[in-house]
Amino acid sequence: MADERDRESTEIAVAELHKKIKEAFEVFDQESNNTVDVREIGTIIRSLGCCPSEGELHDLIAEVEEEEPTGYIRYEKFLPVMTEVLLERRYRPIPEDILLRAFEVLDPAKRGFLSKEELIKYMTEEDRFCGLLEL
Amino acid sequence: MGSGSSTQHHFAFQNAEKAFKAAALIQRWYRRYVARLEMRRHCTWSIFQSIEYAGQQDQVKLHNFFSYLVDHFTPSSHNERDFLNRMFTEERSPQDSEMEKSSDYESIEVPDSYTGPRLSFPLLPDHATALVEAFRLKQRLHARYVLNLLHEARRHLVQLPNISRLSTCYSEEITVCGDLHGQLDDLIFIFYKNGLPSPERAYVFNGDFVDRGKDSIEILMILFAFMLVYPKEFHLNRGNHEDHMVNLRYGFTKEVMQKYKIHGKKILKILQDVFCLLPLATLVDEKVLILHGGVSDTTDLELLAKLDRHKIVSTLRCKTRKENKKQAEEKGKNNQMSSAGRPSPWFLPQSRSLPSSPLHPSAHKAARAGRSSSVPCSIAPDPKELSRQVRRSVDLELERCRRQAGFPAIEEKEEPVPSASEAEERLEPTQEEWRQVVDILWSDPMAQEGCKANTVRGGGCYFGPNVTERLLQKYSLQFLIRSHECKPEGYEFCHNRKVLTIFSASNYYEVGSNRGAYVKLGPALTPHIVQFQANKATHKLTMRQRISRVEASALRALREKLFAHSSDLLVEFKKHDKDKTGLVTLSDWAAAVESVLHLGLPWRMLRPQLVNSSTDNMLEYKSWLENLAKEKLSHENIQSSLLETLYRNRSNLETIFRIIDSDHSGFISLDEFRQTWKLFSSHMNIDITDDCICDLARSIDFNKDGHIDINEFLEAFRLVEQSCSEGDASDCPRTTNTNSSACSSPGAH
Repeated sequence: MADERDRESTEIAVAELHKKIKEAFEVFDQESNNTVDVREIGTIIRSLGCCPSEGELHDLIAEVEEEEPTGYIRYEKFLPVMTEVLLERRYRPIPEDILLRAFEVLDPAKRGFLSKEELIKYMTEEDRFCGLLEL
Repeated sequence: MGSGSSTQHHFAFQNAEKAFKAAALIQRWYRRYVARLEMRRHCTWSIFQSIEYAGQQDQVKLHNFFSYLVDHFTPSSHNERDFLNRMFTEERSPQDSEMEKSSDYESIEVPDSYTGPRLSFPLLPDHATALVEAFRLKQRLHARYVLNLLHEARRHLVQLPNISRLSTCYSEEITVCGDLHGQLDDLIFIFYKNGLPSPERAYVFNGDFVDRGKDSIEILMILFAFMLVYPKEFHLNRGNHEDHMVNLRYGFTKEVMQKYKIHGKKILKILQDVFCLLPLATLVDEKVLILHGGVSDTTDLELLAKLDRHKIVSTLRCKTRKENKKQAEEKGKNNQMSSAGRPSPWFLPQSRSLPSSPLHPSAHKAARAGRSSSVPCSIAPDPKELSRQVRRSVDLELERCRRQAGFPAIEEKEEPVPSASEAEERLEPTQEEWRQVVDILWSDPMAQEGCKANTVRGGGCYFGPNVTERLLQKYSLQFLIRSHECKPEGYEFCHNRKVLTIFSASNYYEVGSNRGAYVKLGPALTPHIVQFQANKATHKLTMRQRISRVEASALRALREKLFAHSSDLLVEFKKHDKDKTGLVTLSDWAAAVESVLHLGLPWRMLRPQLVNSSTDNMLEYKSWLENLAKEKLSHENIQSSLLETLYRNRSNLETIFRIIDSDHSGFISLDEFRQTWKLFSSHMNIDITDDCICDLARSIDFNKDGHIDINEFLEAFRLVEQSCSEGDASDCPRTTNTNSSACSSPGAH
């Protein structure tokens, strides 16, 4: 009995995930033919809450690409892979304090006199952020 | 040295690795941040587009309703008939030939106190340049000059062919601009950045000069002025908004009447003519075809070149020639075969009348079949049977409308008013001609192959890359330039770079929403695109601020739409709440909202912005709906449901008002309002009592003289976003029906 209910709730959860993934995919499916440009896959995956590194992203793309890469990713291939990723909670974003430490590592002499408040402000101001990321 | 340096070395290496890891972490986080912004930007764009196109469908449905009424409604009284006929006077009455006479504007005096630009004809380049400068300084052109200019423009346009031809041999460069939609700033910017028109600098403006923006008339004045000054180098194409019926809804009519209270009517009347005299397309070096919307799989440039474009007054409403039955049958068979792959668009008169499921014959209905039909009859594979079915369904629908509207049933068969149909026979376009023009003014490109009806816009079609390819090959063309669709970058290539969309109205949806662009063609015909954004404010904002601002505007519009469907939403939510807990899951919320609004938006992505409070993945839908209403309710004595209906139909309401107000006085009688509302609400299945709406109307009739001031009504319920524009309300005294020129003030009309 409990098993059945568990299975049912998982099914519901999966159905809901499917809807979320479909929505995000469709935003970039310009031609309404269930494909998106491979260059947009990163944006889609990230807007679904994942935070993969570039390497992890490339691996993921390799999984969903066609045998012969066409430059497009089909929804049929994307859906099962993405569902797995979300169910396993893979590529969760790093907590902010670790991010802070990352900044401190880059700025050990604290030349910019970064305080925690300023750093958070940095996160939300694109232009300055961009300068920092020319790495 | 030895061991010391190796530890140092090791330490440095560790630091480098740490730095690299830190940078990679930051990069991951940053990329996610950018992705979310990107997603928000796309969603915002979807919201604006879907609401815009939903509005256009509404518009077409509304006009179909009126067309249908005029074609099929048999008024039982003299008054009814007059009323309906009056709404649709497109016929050129004897009075109209009076308009041709120049005495129309010559009698208008320009007071000495007028400080605006003065024109004299024939127009010189300096005049046109001075006009641009004057408008830049926010001056207004006197009605006399407006009319004079329009008369001259009409005289010039009449002799132009349907398809203009330009050559890069004569003008070194040709600049093509897309939709401007009344945004004068963009036009001025283009001239500033690209240079004014001249014999060396040719321009093509690809339609949609008017509506939505606030300076449509000024744009027209500038465009027509340059057209008269440089007739060989300055070309205009007609867009779907160069159409008096579309203008009723999208603001141009209102703008003209506000700026020219006394002479606005005359201006609009002559514009009706001028618009349908605009050329339909431009051809550059016989290689690049420029037209406003797009093409279809049946686009025939030869037919388009030959037809009388003057006959096509509005692409929304078609009064076509009544073909005799035999001709129609034959044509019907041909049509059936040629359009086999393509479903007949629902908005065309004949398919609208077609029942989705054929009715079963019955004795009672058979008796009515004798009625002579004004149903355009050019479709059926089995013409007799189908036309009988059509007539039956038409009668049924008619009867239903009448019953609901409270009109008595008609016993005897009355012939529909002929209204000088004989004379009109030669004035009207054929169905095919009309459709060809609709296709090139309303169609959009799509990525898939094929050609299908454009149900989103309610007009024209979606055409695929193969349709483009076939057309280009058939006429030996290199590529197509069109406009009609707003693009975030102001332009977009598609169909393997064979189709270029160019859109010149920047910040179209909202400040910061999109760039505008224009394209230059040299002798090699390689398109060179220039982008711009005519608003300094946006340059100072960060990307996130820009996106947030546009997003806020889109969400506001969306929340209003949600409010306008509160009742339907409530019903839908209840379906998902069988146990009557007052709660629905967020997933059900998304499903319910989509099934009511049909906007195809990513509701789950938008949810955090639309639903503030939800506990445990469940939403209390009643209080959510109430919160939506709170944003709108300004009058506590008005039930929320009435306001909701008004909001949902606000554009339709405004359009109805302006149609009823055929003399553009700004006033309609209570009676007219009541009649039209009854018919409209019954056809649209609006569930609201007539008494309710009439009480409302009466309460707005402040001076109790049986007339409603349209603007007052709309403003009273904040149904219009901006009231009578800045300063105008105080400048000009409220006009009455009588055109008393004593009311004019200096600098005005």
